[in-house]
Amino acid sequence: MSAVVLRGFGWRHAGRKGWAVRGVDLRVEAGERVLLLGASGAGKSTLLAALAGLLPEDSGEQEGTVEIDGLDPRKARERVGVVFQDPETQLVMARCGDDVAFGLENRGVPAEEIWPRVDEALRRVGFPYHRDRPTAALSGGEQQRLALAGALAPRPGLLLLDEPTANLDPAGAALIRRAVADALDVDTTLILVEHRVAEALPLVDRVVVLEAGGGVRADGPPDSVFAAHGDALAAAGVWVPGRTVPPRPATAPPGDWLLTADRLGLPPRLAAVDLEVRAGEALAVLGPNGAGKSTLALLLGGLLRPGAGTATATAALAGRDARTPPHRWRAPLLARRIGSVFQDPEHQFVTGSVYDELALGPRRTGQPEAAVRATVDGLLDRLRLTRLAGANPYTLSGGEARRLSVATALATAPRLLICDEPTFGQDRRTWGELVDLFAELRDAGHGVVAVTHDPDFVAALADRTLTLERP
Amino acid sequence: MISVAPVARPGAPLARRNPVAKLAAALVFSFVLIATLDPVAPAIAIAIELAVLPLFGIRYRILARRAWPLLASAGGILVTLVLFAADRSGRVLVEAGPVVVTEGVLVTALGLVLRTLAVALPGILVFATTDATDLADALIQNAKAPARFAIGALAAFRLVPLLEQEWRMISMARRARGVDAGRNPVAKLRLFVSTAFALLVGAIRRGTRLAVAMDARGFDAGLPRTVARRQRFTTADGLLVAGAAALAGAALAVSVALGTFRPLIG
Repeated sequence: MSAVVLRGFGWRHAGRKGWAVRGVDLRVEAGERVLLLGASGAGKSTLLAALAGLLPEDSGEQEGTVEIDGLDPRKARERVGVVFQDPETQLVMARCGDDVAFGLENRGVPAEEIWPRVDEALRRVGFPYHRDRPTAALSGGEQQRLALAGALAPRPGLLLLDEPTANLDPAGAALIRRAVADALDVDTTLILVEHRVAEALPLVDRVVVLEAGGGVRADGPPDSVFAAHGDALAAAGVWVPGRTVPPRPATAPPGDWLLTADRLGLPPRLAAVDLEVRAGEALAVLGPNGAGKSTLALLLGGLLRPGAGTATATAALAGRDARTPPHRWRAPLLARRIGSVFQDPEHQFVTGSVYDELALGPRRTGQPEAAVRATVDGLLDRLRLTRLAGANPYTLSGGEARRLSVATALATAPRLLICDEPTFGQDRRTWGELVDLFAELRDAGHGVVAVTHDPDFVAALADRTLTLERP
Repeated sequence: MISVAPVARPGAPLARRNPVAKLAAALVFSFVLIATLDPVAPAIAIAIELAVLPLFGIRYRILARRAWPLLASAGGILVTLVLFAADRSGRVLVEAGPVVVTEGVLVTALGLVLRTLAVALPGILVFATTDATDLADALIQNAKAPARFAIGALAAFRLVPLLEQEWRMISMARRARGVDAGRNPVAKLRLFVSTAFALLVGAIRRGTRLAVAMDARGFDAGLPRTVARRQRFTTADGLLVAGAAALAGAALAVSVALGTFRPLIG
């Protein structure tokens, strides 16, 4: 029931040259449901932060005005609820009920009203447990539903959702969308940021597209926006519904065996798996959260000691070292043969600049500096990172960090590449680049194993799939 | 997993007491003991602490498991002092080369070890019987601690078990990048430091995100807070604190009566 008015709004974070968002004129009436789109870096998250009152006046420079029901958002916080992307860092308390109560306590709701409202909010999002359940015992999807209950319990006039399903498997994401659809009051205003447009459309009646250089590019009912701007939006990285990506099947039959797993497992995280990985083939590992997919990736990557069974490299992959299992290889040797791309790119960063990050692997494996430079320059160019060579890896955007993490694994030219959720939360442009890159690697004779929830990625790239069950 | 959860039976008569009362009782008890250097008063205090353990619903075996770092450090203190103490007065008990163990050395060392145990045990008792949420609630409601501090600490506390998992991920990610130390101890130390730094950077980023999420939920926005979980400080809680003071005083009195009392100051 809250109305939002932006007039010429812009925000520049302190210490940054460019504006995160600029020149936005927008009016959202009470009860409207808006999907906010734009390419990576168009300022969607900054705009949501401004609406949530989370941009302190001293943290940057503002242009124009932003108002919620005529108030500065910093003074209208009790009218706004927010759910962010990462479930782990938005739960505050150790028990589920306490976490929902937290927002009510902060707003000074009388003690006797708190618990009935907590129970009601949990019921509305379809939360399956009692309020005494420890938050640590929840799956990602359940945590996100709890965060939604926490945002809804104070009955906000405006609900902001910043990619609430980006970290979830398809089943968990569907539950969140269902919970949003069921739990919203008819007069609650909704502003949603979501890459996966097709899934989000049933929740909204209006689409607003931010232009990367500033301003609003398109605004209106979803059908007319996509009819008029679909091609341009797709080119800018927006997931426009109904536009499938051409598949990239292998151009040649698979080659040598690189790695075989024989009853490989790590109880209780992963039940025994048999598989073989071949050169020139992309293998997708599927399965629900908790099936041990990430554990399997670490075992195949030679990063974890198997709890049961064996992972064995072939002579084609490791020459004479094939006699010892990969988890016992020295790290430089491992990096030359098996590259691993982690789910969270930030785990992988070791140095203070993008250039050094890419040079690290080649240097560790003893390449001369000239060869290192050639390798790094090639990768920078190929993954559109040249402009960022001097930047600190921790300051990159999500898409840039992902491209860098893949590039670091490629820098030592391993024959086998193992990726955990490589397309997680990426916009369409980066997504397409990753698919092309993996397809080229495969066609050049590398083996690619990808753990993924992403059905489009599987359809575009996978030559073979393996589905794990919960142990 | 790093365990931070309480281990006591929650229904035990003293475990149920107000967390602030338990904390105050532990502080009073420990504080009185710091006043003396003799081994008798802390020995009596340890006996008292072990005697009330069942009232807190803790089994001795579980306490031993929780307190083993403390026991190990006590052993370390004993050995170090026996070998290196400057005061070598009293009857010589053992003489083996440069090591001279005298009565004076032994009494000082024993006194210090017992004091360490007697002062630390109440703290262990409090945290083994207290849920972190209850402690934060009681600190705010009964000790008038600022909510920003108590709830902030509580939220940070919840992230502690994640650190161990994070450490393992960072270590594996480094191995995947071709970084390992092999058998070189200097390289091992450097790798340890750089992994710790990455962990710290990650923890700060995570903490910042959590702080933003808390702000978004209206935390510390200037409105007066209400409390969903009422913590009461009752007569029984007052008695617990008074009892702790009385028992610690009694331990001191026995020490004075036996003539072993050695004040810390004077």
